[in-house]
Amino acid sequence: MDHGNVGGLGFLAPAPGRKGLLSWIGTTDHKRIGLLYMGCVGFMFFCGAALGMILRLKLMTPGSTLVGPQTYNAMFTLHGVIMIFLVVIPSIPASLGNILLPLQIGAEDVSFPRLNLFSWWLYVLGATLAVVSIFTGSGAPDTGWTFYVPFSERTTTNVSLAVTAVTILGFSSILTGLNFVTTIHRLRAPGMTWTRLPLFVWSLYATAWIQVLATPILGITLVLVFAERVLNLGLFDPGRGGDPLLYQHLFWIYSHPAVYIMVLPAMGVISDIIPVFARKNIFGYKMIAFSSLAIAFAGSLVWAHHMFTSGMSDTAVLVFSFLTFIVAIPSAIKVFNWVSTLYKGSISVEPPLLFSLGFIFMFSVGGLTGLVQGAAGTDIHVHDTYFIVGHFHYVIFGGTGLGMFAALHFWLPKIFGRMYDRGVAKLSFWIILVGMNVLYFPMFILGLEGLPRRYYDYLPKYAHGQVLSTIGSWILAVGLVIMFANLYRGMRRGPLAGDNPWGAATLEWTTSSPPPTNNFEVEPVVTHGPYDFRGVARHE
Amino acid sequence: MSHAQNESGSHPLSYRFLAAIWAALLTLTALTIFAARIDLGFFNVVAALGIASIKSSLVIFFFMHLKYENRTIKTMVLVAFVVLAICIGLTFFDVGFRR
Ligand code: HEM
Ligand SMILES: [Cu+2]
Repeated sequence: MDHGNVGGLGFLAPAPGRKGLLSWIGTTDHKRIGLLYMGCVGFMFFCGAALGMILRLKLMTPGSTLVGPQTYNAMFTLHGVIMIFLVVIPSIPASLGNILLPLQIGAEDVSFPRLNLFSWWLYVLGATLAVVSIFTGSGAPDTGWTFYVPFSERTTTNVSLAVTAVTILGFSSILTGLNFVTTIHRLRAPGMTWTRLPLFVWSLYATAWIQVLATPILGITLVLVFAERVLNLGLFDPGRGGDPLLYQHLFWIYSHPAVYIMVLPAMGVISDIIPVFARKNIFGYKMIAFSSLAIAFAGSLVWAHHMFTSGMSDTAVLVFSFLTFIVAIPSAIKVFNWVSTLYKGSISVEPPLLFSLGFIFMFSVGGLTGLVQGAAGTDIHVHDTYFIVGHFHYVIFGGTGLGMFAALHFWLPKIFGRMYDRGVAKLSFWIILVGMNVLYFPMFILGLEGLPRRYYDYLPKYAHGQVLSTIGSWILAVGLVIMFANLYRGMRRGPLAGDNPWGAATLEWTTSSPPPTNNFEVEPVVTHGPYDFRGVARHE
Repeated sequence: MSHAQNESGSHPLSYRFLAAIWAALLTLTALTIFAARIDLGFFNVVAALGIASIKSSLVIFFFMHLKYENRTIKTMVLVAFVVLAICIGLTFFDVGFRR
């Protein structure tokens, strides 16, 4: 076995025995599996983004242009399914979480390395089926990513295969969660107490619990849809004696917690990055760790805020509206703590910090507009309009997306041992930030003016906002291309980054870049907290 | 490390005991069918869920050895059930009050 950092390639060096492709798709090394995920997620992100660009291009002009209405329906469905289930949910936990969790707690690998590989294979299987569902059967699914009944049970498009794919993806997510919970409980290095865990690990822990507890409900629900389509049962379809609201309950019992699967890991990333670039201990460590768990728990109590106009009982509307406001509290705790950490810090504005600040801004806009929707009265007005589309793109793309980009700029030098061009990274950040806001902010106004979402055509009075939004999508695309090109170039040909380019204090920075196959030469012993920078210097 | 090693496996259960649990499960299944045939109104659901909970408890505690696990594992399983109970419970704010 090779424990050393041969040729400075660490775990990236060809391992003895298996060669080439097989040493990747058959690996049990959590770092390699993480990179497999990263590659797949990156590819799917490209596909989803391309679909989004085409949708935006169509929406620039009213009337029948570019694509037909049926194609349009299929395209927004695919855009949603790909982005939610294949990109955002696995993005941070399955790729960077996989790579960093064992490194951050001083372990050699996750608890169940083979199960980890199996999760990735399930992901690949699910992704393949999702793609196959587009081209087989009688037409690509056209239901929206939410698969609402009764339409999803009556449409002749290939919904059966699509829900099968999503169920399989769900299992991949559950198994990753299970692996992470076990790893965090059992494999912490000596001295790594619960209050010395990096906050990224805490956020992965909370996320993993949601994955384990909530995802089975999605699986069961979609199996029921499948069964109803194939066996003609009467579970959800009122025409066959079913209850369509039951479907909405079950779907959102998973899918609201799922939005926290998406955003919690990003919050963890931000909590890890900010202290490093403020050279200060994090403000309120315990509150941030606790608020992750609080979000995970409270987030499972609010699902029916997606159903205020669905015809459920008024009592339920009242109760869920109230509960929704409670979730905002732990989210706000985090935002205030990040800002307090920056206060009087000695701040160095490096790319990871910029992306983190972008996260805070975008997440705040998204979270506050969430409250507009959480209040039942105002939601009656904005439900199913572009306001909602604005809201979730701010939280998901502005939040999770920027969080992922921050994480890439922070940790890629660790993973590949090479540094990208920081000037270009900053430039790309500003272009992306401007692009996102030009793209998504007009949606709030369009929504308040009453433009419904998922409509192929619109009245001429909405044209201005639509054009502006489409221009935003071009700015954003330019920024993304620059950013990814810069990261890719850095990863391949950038100058060597050194073991600890940012002067961070968590364990992953104590090993070499890239880390060796077994992560650490000797088992680390932890003697200080994750944000205790005394005696930690930058090594470039 | 902070947790004791997993001790399951060191508590072999006798066939007799396992058979008794199995018999209890079958009896409860019969009870479910019986309860579904009489009209208790809203309480039909309560009865069905109640019996199902007892059955799953038996499976989890004895067949799956939860009874012999440490506190951490027990708490984790409990959390899962509390969340499930809350999800089902909150749904009744809709179902129970629909007009
Ligand atoms: C922090 C507080 C948040 C609140 C109060 C909130 C509230 C809401 C409400 C009430 C809706 C339903 C609106 C409607 O359909 O009429 C909604 C939709 C949505 N939210 Fe949030 N939200 C919050 C954060 C988030 C986060 C962090 C994410 C994801 C990372 C997210 C993702 C979504 C998505 C995807 C939808 C649209 C689902 C659909 O119908 O397709 N939200 N939000
Ligand atoms: Cu929600």
